[in-house]
Amino acid sequence: MSAKLVLSGVRKRFGDNEVCKGIDLTVQEGQMVCLIGASGSGKSTLLRCINLLEPVDDGTILLDGRDIAEPGLDPQPVRARIGMVFQSYNLFPHMTAAENVMLAPRRVHGRSRSDLQAPVTALFERFNLGDRMGHYPDQLSGGQQQRVAIIRALAMQPEIMLFDEITSALDPELVGEVLDVLRSLRAEGMTMILATHEMAFAQEVADKVCFLDKGRILEEGPPETIFGAPREARTAAFLSRVL
Amino acid sequence: MSGSETTAGGLSRRAAYEARQRKRAMRVAAGSTAAVVLALVLLVPLAPGWEKVQRSFFNGEVFAKTFPGLLEAFLTNIYIFAWCAPLIAVLGLVIALCRDVRAPALYPLRLFGAIYTDVFRGLPVILVIYLVGFGIPGLGLPRPWNSPYIWGSLALILVYAAYVAEIIRSGIDSIHGSQRAAAASLGLNEKDTMRFVVLPQAIRNVAPANMNMFIALQKDVALLSFIGPVEIFRQAGVYKSLMANFTPYVGAALIFLAVTIPATRYADYLMQKQRRART
Ligand SMILES: Nc1ncnc2c1ncn2[C@@H]1O[C@H](COP(=O)(O)OP(=O)(O)OP(=O)(O)O)[C@@H](O)[C@H]1O
Ligand SMILES: [Mg+2]
Repeated sequence: MSAKLVLSGVRKRFGDNEVCKGIDLTVQEGQMVCLIGASGSGKSTLLRCINLLEPVDDGTILLDGRDIAEPGLDPQPVRARIGMVFQSYNLFPHMTAAENVMLAPRRVHGRSRSDLQAPVTALFERFNLGDRMGHYPDQLSGGQQQRVAIIRALAMQPEIMLFDEITSALDPELVGEVLDVLRSLRAEGMTMILATHEMAFAQEVADKVCFLDKGRILEEGPPETIFGAPREARTAAFLSRVL
Repeated sequence: MSGSETTAGGLSRRAAYEARQRKRAMRVAAGSTAAVVLALVLLVPLAPGWEKVQRSFFNGEVFAKTFPGLLEAFLTNIYIFAWCAPLIAVLGLVIALCRDVRAPALYPLRLFGAIYTDVFRGLPVILVIYLVGFGIPGLGLPRPWNSPYIWGSLALILVYAAYVAEIIRSGIDSIHGSQRAAAASLGLNEKDTMRFVVLPQAIRNVAPANMNMFIALQKDVALLSFIGPVEIFRQAGVYKSLMANFTPYVGAALIFLAVTIPATRYADYLMQKQRRART
């Protein structure tokens, strides 16, 4: 195993509000890291910093040993290597599911539609959406939309996937089908960072759990430790509230 | 239980009640409309000047004689509209995109876009038509480049493109940032994000508003008559002078309405459909 992603001293502020106050985090190749923490603790901001949707103020982010947080660096090639899935799906409503998925490989990797037909169909079928490729987002359930969003990110063959509370907007009975997708990705060894409120799921699948508190990683460790015997009183207090 | 009970006709109690209410409302509306129309038909002819007005504005004979000629002149309006509309759409889009560029090197474009929309939205249409339509041919251009059709059309294009640009820009602004974020997270560059993600949605959102602009354009084509082109309004004026009668103007008005009312209705329908889709 080698370090895929290494954050050191990452800082991000919005005006006077410092949201990331020096974050250190190492993610190994093939690891699944879960970020937990109260609302407003900075989970989303941290993920958005990692794929450069937000410019980082200070600190370094090494992807395969190369600093991607360097000011002035072209963010597009980096983003093409990192997949992100959002809480609100953010599918493009004017495109069918298949078009949503094919857009970026076509435009960024220059692949043709006919080239993509087979692998994209395979992805849809893998996640039981083979019969939904021609549907528009508003013709799909929330769970189906979120799975299409995951397929859309996967079609770029990313090296890392970031998931920002991807089940929070779903009806409870649809959460399972999306979590199954994550289990399947974990089984094939995808490197993943997941901000989540699904504590049971984090406990089940995470290699490492990080507890974010007011812009800092207050405590990190294997799920047994974090959920079973947290070192910090704040962690214990947070867990007692959500478990 | 009683709420979902159905009557013999298959309607729920509520649906039956609402159907009765609708019928009643329709009867009342029809009755009151008939009363107003009847009053107009009976009372207006009693006005002292009615006969004179009728003779000079609603003269059947003049109408029959001039209407075909008016229709023919209206073809000119349609031609002018037909070549202006696509150019306005293209120029409006270009100006809107100019105003959205972020790169510092392209700042002049941004400035140009802002000045352009300010200037052309700040002037009366007729003034632009005069300035462009008389000014440019006044430079002594050879035929056919001195044609008022060209320069009058250009004036309309310049003015309407400014409005269309603003409408498109508001459409671009209305697309939620999360759409751009999703596109960026996939590695799409700004140009592709605009072209494939933002613009298609923006243009769809503002289609009804733009349609209203094009209805206004259809009417404003008549302003070109002031610099020469013989379109329907000018033709009606010619007939008026020939026959010393205003009926041709009424004929022209009817022709305009025959086009603009269905178009306006259609735009309203689109707008309502969109509002329903959003809620
Ligand atoms: N674009 C922004 N501009 C200004 N402030 C922001 C912005 N994005 C986030 N913030 C602020 O940063 C803080 C952390 O927000 P963030 O969304 O990262 O938290 P979170 O841990 O993801 O919370 P949640 O569990 O509710 O999603 C909040 O106080 C928020 O108001
Ligand atoms: Mg969040």
